[in-house]
Amino acid sequence: MTVKSYAKAINEAHEQLLASDQRVFVIGQGVESPWCVGTTTLGLVAKFGHERVIDTPISEAGVTGAAIGAAMAGMRPIVFHPRMDFMYLAMDQIINHCAHWHYMFGGKVSVPVTIRGIVNRGNEQAAQHSQSPFSMYVHVPGLKVVCPSSPYDAKGLLVAAVRDDNPVIYIDDRWLYGLEEDVPDEIYDVPLGKGRLCRKGSDITIVAVSYLVREALVAAEVLASEGISAEVIDPRTLKPLDIDIILDSVQKTGRLVIADPDWSCCGFSEHIARLVYTRFYNSLKKPIQFVTLPDSPVPASTPLEKEYFPSYLDIIAAAKKTR
Amino acid sequence: MSKNFSLSPPDFKIDNIDDYSLKWLLKTMMRIREFEERIADLISDKKIITPCHLYTGQEAVATGVCHALRKDDYVFGTHRSHGHYIAKGGNLNAAMAEIFGRSTGCSKGRGGSMHLVAPEVGILGTSSIVAGSLPIAVGTALAESIRGSGRVTAVFHGDGVPEEGIWHESANLAALRKLPIIFVCENNLYCTHMALDKRRVHDNLHRIAGEHGLESVVVDGNNVLNVHYAARDAVKRVRGGIGPAFIECRTYRWRGHVGPNYDVDLGLRSQEELEAWKGRCPIRSFSGYLVSIGIVTVEDVEKMQWEVAREIDEAVSYSEGSPFPEVADLTRYVFKGGFS
Repeated sequence: MTVKSYAKAINEAHEQLLASDQRVFVIGQGVESPWCVGTTTLGLVAKFGHERVIDTPISEAGVTGAAIGAAMAGMRPIVFHPRMDFMYLAMDQIINHCAHWHYMFGGKVSVPVTIRGIVNRGNEQAAQHSQSPFSMYVHVPGLKVVCPSSPYDAKGLLVAAVRDDNPVIYIDDRWLYGLEEDVPDEIYDVPLGKGRLCRKGSDITIVAVSYLVREALVAAEVLASEGISAEVIDPRTLKPLDIDIILDSVQKTGRLVIADPDWSCCGFSEHIARLVYTRFYNSLKKPIQFVTLPDSPVPASTPLEKEYFPSYLDIIAAAKKTR
Repeated sequence: MSKNFSLSPPDFKIDNIDDYSLKWLLKTMMRIREFEERIADLISDKKIITPCHLYTGQEAVATGVCHALRKDDYVFGTHRSHGHYIAKGGNLNAAMAEIFGRSTGCSKGRGGSMHLVAPEVGILGTSSIVAGSLPIAVGTALAESIRGSGRVTAVFHGDGVPEEGIWHESANLAALRKLPIIFVCENNLYCTHMALDKRRVHDNLHRIAGEHGLESVVVDGNNVLNVHYAARDAVKRVRGGIGPAFIECRTYRWRGHVGPNYDVDLGLRSQEELEAWKGRCPIRSFSGYLVSIGIVTVEDVEKMQWEVAREIDEAVSYSEGSPFPEVADLTRYVFKGGFS
C-alpha cells in the first residue's frame, strides 16, 4: 500500500493489466502526448512497445471500431478518448455496434472492450472541450458505465472493466488527477455494480457522482457542524447500478440529494429519482433535490463557467431544501 | 448507369486452379442463387417478414473471395450478406431459421436477415449500418497483427461505402499498420435507390483506395474466376504481412435494394439495363464455360441444381418446424453472463 494520485493509480492499472494479460492493449489519440491524457499513459510505450500501446490518427470512430473488432477477436483492448467530447464521433460504433452486438447475434460474439472517456473541463475550454455526458451511455442497453471518484476506485474499476466480458465505458476525471490516497501496489479489482458508502449519516442521503463525491464529502462536513448528519453514497458504477445501497439509505433518512455533474434532462440523476419514487414514494419526507449542470452548453468566460459547475455550496443548499 | 461498365460476357481463363475448386465455385454460386430466389418467393407468400436484401446476381463475388480464404479467416458483411454467409460455409438451416425469426436461427431470432453470424467459420457478424463493419474488421486484423496468428480478415462492402467518412478512417488505419485485411467492394452500381453517377463525380473507387495505401485492383465481379484470382493474390499479400488490399468487383444486383421486386417498377432503373445484366449471369456463363471445357457435363449441372434445391427445401422445412424464441427470454443476451 502506497499513497498514490488518481492519475498514478490509472497509470499503474494500465501497466499491470498490460503486464499480466497478453490480450490487453491500449489504443487512442495521444497515448504519447503528455497533454492529452495527463500522465496516465506515461511510460507504457517504453515498457510494452508500439505493438501494444498504439497512438493513432484523429479517427475517433475508426479507432473505437478497431478496438471493438479486436475485442470480438478475443483481445482485451482499452481504447481511450482524451476528451469525452470527442467520443461523440464514435457513437455509431459504440451504440449500433459495440452495445448491440452480443444481443443482435444471440450471445454468439461478446465484446470485452473498455472505452475510456476522459472528462477535461475548466479554464475556459468551452462547450466542445468540457463535457461529461455520462447518461448518454447509461441510456443504452448493453453498455456498463463506471465513474471512479477516488484513486482506489480508479485503479480497481479499470481492472474490473478490462476483465469484464462486456463493453464497459470507463470515465475518469482530470479534476481528480491530483487526489491522493493509499492504493494497493498489487493488481486488484473493484467489482462492477457495487456502490460505496463514503460517509455514514442519519438525516439525509447524498448520492454523488465523479468529482461531486469529493464536494459532497466537504458539504457533509459543513452540514455536520450545523447538526445535520449526511450519508454520502458513490454508486461508482452507473450501470449496472447498486440501487440497494441507495434505497437502504433513503429508507433510513427519508431525504435525498442527487449530485451528478451531467445534464439532468433524461439523465442519470432523474433515473435514480425514478427508482426511488417508484419504490419509496411514501417514505420520502421532502421532494428529491438535484445538483446537476444547467440545461445549457458549457460557457467559456470564467464567471459563467464558475456558475456552471456545481460545488459543495450547491450541495449544502440542496440539502437544506430537504429539511 | 456508369459508362465504364463492360457488358460483354465474362471472359474465363484457367490459371492454376483444380477441378474440385471449379466445381465448388459453381455449386456454391448455385446454392446462393437458390437460397435467395426461394426467399423471394417466401417473402411474396408472406412467410418471411424480416427485410431481405437479396444477393441474386452478385454470387461470383462472395464465392470467388471466400474460396481464397481459410476456414478460420474472418469475414464481415453488410445488410446484404446471405451470400457471404453461405460462401464462407455458414450452416444453411441456421441462416434460414434466423430469417424465419426462429429460436434455432444463427442469432437465436435476435438478428433477422441483416444479422447473420457463424463464428465457427470466422463470421463474427454483419452490420446493416453502411460502412459500420469496416473499422471492426480492421480491429480483427489488428488483433491478428498483434498476436501474429496469420488469420486474414475480408470485409465486404458496397459501392456506397466510400461516401461514408469511416471508410477513409478504416482504410488509413489498415494501411498505416499494414494490417492483414482485404476490403472487397461490391460495386453493383446502386446505393439503395441512387445510381453511382448520381452520387459521385468520378467512378474511381479503386483509385481512392490506392491513394490510401491499399493494394487496389478492379475485376469483373460477374467472373468468378477473376474474382477468385484477385482474392488469391490479395490473401497471399496480406497474410505475408505486406499490407492491406482492396478489390473492386464490378457487378449488378438483379433484385431491388430490398425485397423481391426489381426496382424497375419504381422507375429506379430500366428493364433494358436489368436484362443486359441478366445476360451476364455469373452462374449461367460459368457453367457454360465449364461444360465447354469438359470439366462438367450438362447433366452434372442439373444434378448440382437438384442437390442445392434439396438443401434449401430442407432449410425451409427445418425453419418452419422450429419454435419462435420464448417471449420470457426477450432481454436475454443483453449482457454476457447476465446483468452484473
